[in-house]
Order: sequence, then C-alpha cells, then structure tokens
Amino acid sequence: MNKITITINNKKIVTESGKSVLEIAKENGIFIPTLCNYEGIAPQSSCRVCTCVIDGRKMTACTTLAKDKMNIETNTEELEEIRSVIVELLFAEGNHFCPSCEKSGNCELQALAYRFKMMVPQFPYDFPARDVDAVNPKIMIDHNRCILCKRCIRRKKEPENPTWFVFENRGNKLKINLDHELTADMDDELAQKAMDTCPVGAIIRKEKGFDVPIGSRKYDSKPIGSDIEDQGGAV
Amino acid sequence: MNKKITIEPVTRVEGHGKVTIHLDEQNQVVQSRLHIVEFRGFERFVQGRPYWEAPVLVQRLCGICPVSHHLAAAKALDMIVGAGTGDGLTPTGEKMRRLMHYGQMFQSHVLHFFHLASPDLLFGIDADPALRNVVGVAIKHKELAVQAVMMRKFGQEIIKATAGKKIHGTGAIPGGINKHLTQTEKDSFLNGEDPMNVDKMIDWSLGALEFFKGYHAENKDLIDKFAAFPSNHLSLVRKDGAMDLYHGVIRAVGANGERVLDDVESHTYLDHIDEEVKTWSYMKFPYLKTIGKKDGWYRVGPLARMNTADFIPTPLAQKEFEEFRAYTNGKPNNMSMHQHWARLIEILHSAEMMKQLLNDPDLMSGELTTTGTKGREGVGLLEAPRGTLFHHYRINDNDQIDLANLIVSTTNNNTPMNTAVNLVAKQFMNDQSEITEGMMNAVEVAIRSYDPCLSCATHALGKMPLEIKLIDATNKVIDRKLKNG
Repeated sequence: MNKITITINNKKIVTESGKSVLEIAKENGIFIPTLCNYEGIAPQSSCRVCTCVIDGRKMTACTTLAKDKMNIETNTEELEEIRSVIVELLFAEGNHFCPSCEKSGNCELQALAYRFKMMVPQFPYDFPARDVDAVNPKIMIDHNRCILCKRCIRRKKEPENPTWFVFENRGNKLKINLDHELTADMDDELAQKAMDTCPVGAIIRKEKGFDVPIGSRKYDSKPIGSDIEDQGGAV
Repeated sequence: MNKKITIEPVTRVEGHGKVTIHLDEQNQVVQSRLHIVEFRGFERFVQGRPYWEAPVLVQRLCGICPVSHHLAAAKALDMIVGAGTGDGLTPTGEKMRRLMHYGQMFQSHVLHFFHLASPDLLFGIDADPALRNVVGVAIKHKELAVQAVMMRKFGQEIIKATAGKKIHGTGAIPGGINKHLTQTEKDSFLNGEDPMNVDKMIDWSLGALEFFKGYHAENKDLIDKFAAFPSNHLSLVRKDGAMDLYHGVIRAVGANGERVLDDVESHTYLDHIDEEVKTWSYMKFPYLKTIGKKDGWYRVGPLARMNTADFIPTPLAQKEFEEFRAYTNGKPNNMSMHQHWARLIEILHSAEMMKQLLNDPDLMSGELTTTGTKGREGVGLLEAPRGTLFHHYRINDNDQIDLANLIVSTTNNNTPMNTAVNLVAKQFMNDQSEITEGMMNAVEVAIRSYDPCLSCATHALGKMPLEIKLIDATNKVIDRKLKNG
C-alpha cells in the first residue's frame, strides 16, 4: 500500500491507499453519518447519508476510495442540510412510531434525527399500509420501520450466513422478505445478530422487548458519532 | 318552552367531554347527560403488535397516569409469559413495580387535589373564574402551591427512577422489571435535601389532610350534601381485606355495606362485569352482572376503595381511615365530595408505602424477571388513581395481540358521574331561566370530584373550551355562553 496525503476539512492527513474516505475519517476522529453502511459488509451507498464534497463533487464517503491529494469536506452547511432532509424523508416515508419501538434509544435513524435536531419532518407523512411478518419463532419483520438499507440482505454474502433476507417487488412496493424455511431453526445468537444488523426497529427479536432500561441504551447519553469524535481530531 | 343546555367540554378534568341538560317548559331539569365525544381506539390499533410492546404502547393513552396503564398491561402479560397472575414475580420485580405505582398514585392525586380541585374549595364554586384556577392558588396560597409542585415532582422522580422516565417509561416488562434502584437514588429519596425526601412528603400529606378536614368542618353542607347518592362500590383488596393498590381480589359492596362480590380473582372479571353501550357516548357503562344493568353500576376510585377495604396497612393512613369510616359509622360513604378526603388519605398511604419500599433491600439487587409456561391470554387489574383498571390481552400463534379489552377507571364511573351531574343540575338549574358561570361550574365540580380521565376512558384528544347553550323547543338558541380552554 502506498502512502497518500489527503485533506479533510482543511486538515492534512497522511494515510494508506485502498481505504474509503469514510474509514479514514473515522480513524481520524471525524464522524460522517451513515445508515446503510455496516462494519464487515461491503458498502453500497444506497442511503446517501454519508454524502461529502470530494474534490468539488458530491460523493458518498462509504464507496469512494481515497486518492492522493484528494480534498474532502464532510460538514458544510449544505451537506448537513442534505443529510437532514434524507433522514426526514425516511421518517415521512415509513411508519416510525419511536415511542413504542423496541429499538428506541438504540436506533440509528432516530439517533441521526436527534443529532440533526429534527423536530418534525418538513414533508407530509405518507402513512403507508404495511404489515408485520411475525411467523418466524425468533424474529419478526416490521415493514413499517424498514428503510430498505439492505444491510440484512447484504449479510448473505458472508460465508457463514445463509440467504435469509431477499428483496421482494420493485419501486414503492419493494420490501425485504424473510426465508421462513431457512430460518425456521434460527437460534438466539443468530436472531440477535439479525436484529443488531438492522439500523432501525424493522428486525426485532421476539419476546425480548425493552429489557435495557432507559439511560443504558446506546444513544441515551451521547449523540451518535460521539464515540468517533471522542477519539479526538474532530475538525 | 323546552330548553337544552350544553356544557362543552368540561374543564379542569383530563380529556374532553360535554354535558347536556334538558329543561321542560317549567324550567325543571328532565334529563342530563355527561357525553364523551371523542374516540381514539387503542383496543383496535394495538391488534397485530407484538405482545411485549403493549405496556409501552398502551400507556400513551394518557400523560397523567401512564404508569397505571403501563403496569396493568405488564401484569396482563405476566400471565402470558407464565409469571403468574400478579403474585408470581421475583421480589425485586414486584417491589420495583409497586414503588413505581405508589409514586404514580402520589403525584396523580396531588395533581388533582391541588391543581384541579382546590381552586373550587379555596375560592368557592361561584368565584370569579379568573381567580378560581391554579394560577389563583399560586398567587393567593403560595405555600400550598409550592407544596403541590414539589410533591408532584417527588412522585415523578420516583417514577423516573423505576421506569426510566417521568412520563412514558419502559420499566415494567412482561415477567418483571428492567432495572434495579441505585444506592444514589435510594439515598436521595430517603435523605434528600429538604423538602425532597419521603419524610417531608409524609408531613405535607398530613398537612393537606388537616387542610381538608378544617375546610370540611366549616363547609359541611357542601362537602356532605353536594352530589351525594347511594351506589355500589368496587375495588381490588388484598386477600386479607387490606387496601392494596397494586394487586388483589375484586370486592364490591352495596350502598349499605353488603358484599356483592368478594374474593373474586381478577382474571375472572368477565364472569362478573359487563359493559353496556349507549348511543350518546363513546364511553361504555360497566355493571355488575349479578345485579343487572339497571342497578348494577358502581363507583370506583378513592371513595370506593375506602368503602371496600377493611383496613389500610400503613399506620398513619390507617388512623385517618378509621376517622373516615367513623364519619359514616362504618357504613359505606356515598358522598361524592368525600372523594377528595379519601384521595388525600391515599396520598398519605402512598407516601408511607414509598418509604417502606425504599428501605427494602430487594429493590437494589436480585433477579429482575421470571417466566414460566407461556399462555395465550392475560388479564391485569390494578387500582389506578381514578379506580380499578382492567387490561385484557389475547395473542395469536405469532405472538401478536389479536384481542384487547380495556376497562379504564373513569369508564367504571360513567353512571356515577351522570348521576352526580343530574343531581347537581336539578339542584342548581331548576327554575332558572338564565345560566350563570357558577351554575356551570357546579356541574363541573360534581364531575371533577371523580377526577375523571376522559382521554383514558375513550382514548380522546382535544382542546377544552366550555360552551353552554339554552335552546328552546324550536331549537332556537336563546342563550349561549362560551369560555375558551
């Protein structure tokens, strides 16, 4: 790997080639919001929340590999507005009732909304009619909360995981689907893994609701991204 | 000329309702009704949701006593996860829930007495409404107002420590609780800086009782005769007859003290209670099956609990209970305004219970949950601030709720409130051709004594302006008064 020098928010960073802008930013204590990205799964740039200005163009940080002399801006006012609007659209497009959602406090979508100080979406709610797939004995899929990030589907590419989730339909009828035959014997560990993969409350373990008290949930004390920024170097 | 008077909505209660009063040509009240005019329908939209969501979802019925719904739902789900019918939890699970509940009872009763009801007592039913409100109390009786705020705060801090949030927490989960009490929390409640400690709450509770008893001595006619009428009374009691606001068996007594129901296990409530639907209200009319629709209606809440319990298991409240019962020579007390007295005794009892629980080491350690053989159906009852609260759920093969039945405290008091409205309307409006603000408020005072939560009872939502109309036989409005909420 070659040494390269890039600039993020006017700060010179010497790093190695072959890494994404998102990875390098994280290593240097700079938080770039994401939703569809998940450690260990190849990035897809479907949510666009990590959009940055890279050499003057708006590009997604998760799928853009850093190159020598690259100039990156992660936190301009315009970018913050774009990200906030994306999150607002996701809220308006689904049925996200945080007060009774098991994932509340651990939800990445909710945490980003708090970070962006979103009070209420500027767009009208769509209130789509969606169902709940609760056939599996270990997990349930609540389509009301799904943001179609594909994190659950992309996991199938990992050799140890079978093809549990697939997309069904197209366009505004698109939804994730669970293979009930393959997952009939799912154990608790795999069920928890499936739930953890989901950034929102669309994949929920059965019979395990609300056992983490308020105050101990992931984003109760600090906003999302604080763990990265607390490492220092935020600019 | 027939007239129809409409009071819409009733003020200084939780939720949205209206009163209609019909007068005949001689200006005599011929019919009066408390209508509950809005509807939200939690029983329906909880269907399809996973059962463990119910305690967190259904508590959104109310922002005043969500803990009651939270706990009643959790108790119902205890049966579904095989944790027994209310007495099968771990000591930590049950005691943390009890602490949450008594904190809730304390703050809700304080809210009602000081913020909603006391303006009528301090300034008079027909006082200037510009003064007869909580702001007036704060201006004229500053010390009382400060006590009210701090007492409510104490109760809400207890709720936060047990449920995670002051309003709409997540503490109770099927089969138990999700947290312990910390040493810091315990110390702050027991030995917090004055006035935020439980001993001060007990002192202030005693002070509030003395205030009421002093008022009663000077206003016997109002307190004893206003909206007084005989009725049945129903509540949970502990198996030994003690007052128990968290769990017990159903007991109902008649107006003269005869036991109508006794030692009835709460999950068999449907064998004993039914609900009648009437076209003019979204609130149902529960009744005791053994007596029937016409005379089987009953009161719930603080007054009913005083009438059904044999004793209160904390010393200071027991002393007050004895005085309360002695006032009617041990017979059931049927005076609506005595609900304030009963409510204040329960405030004291709740403060004593909080102190007792806070000194219990089980709160700080031990297993939080328990489970057993899974069931399909669960019933949870408890004594909410406004009376007996029923939650009933059934689930399908996929753990989704497919049936929910909620009989909310205020629903139980539907017929009693209508009876009280009728009595007061006749007393204040017979032979009157002009409506005064005091007459309007008298009707509301009768309703208010029940501390109704109309939003819980019908799951309603709305603003609270007040409108009264006088309508003649040709439906022409001949007098109309309006105040904005």
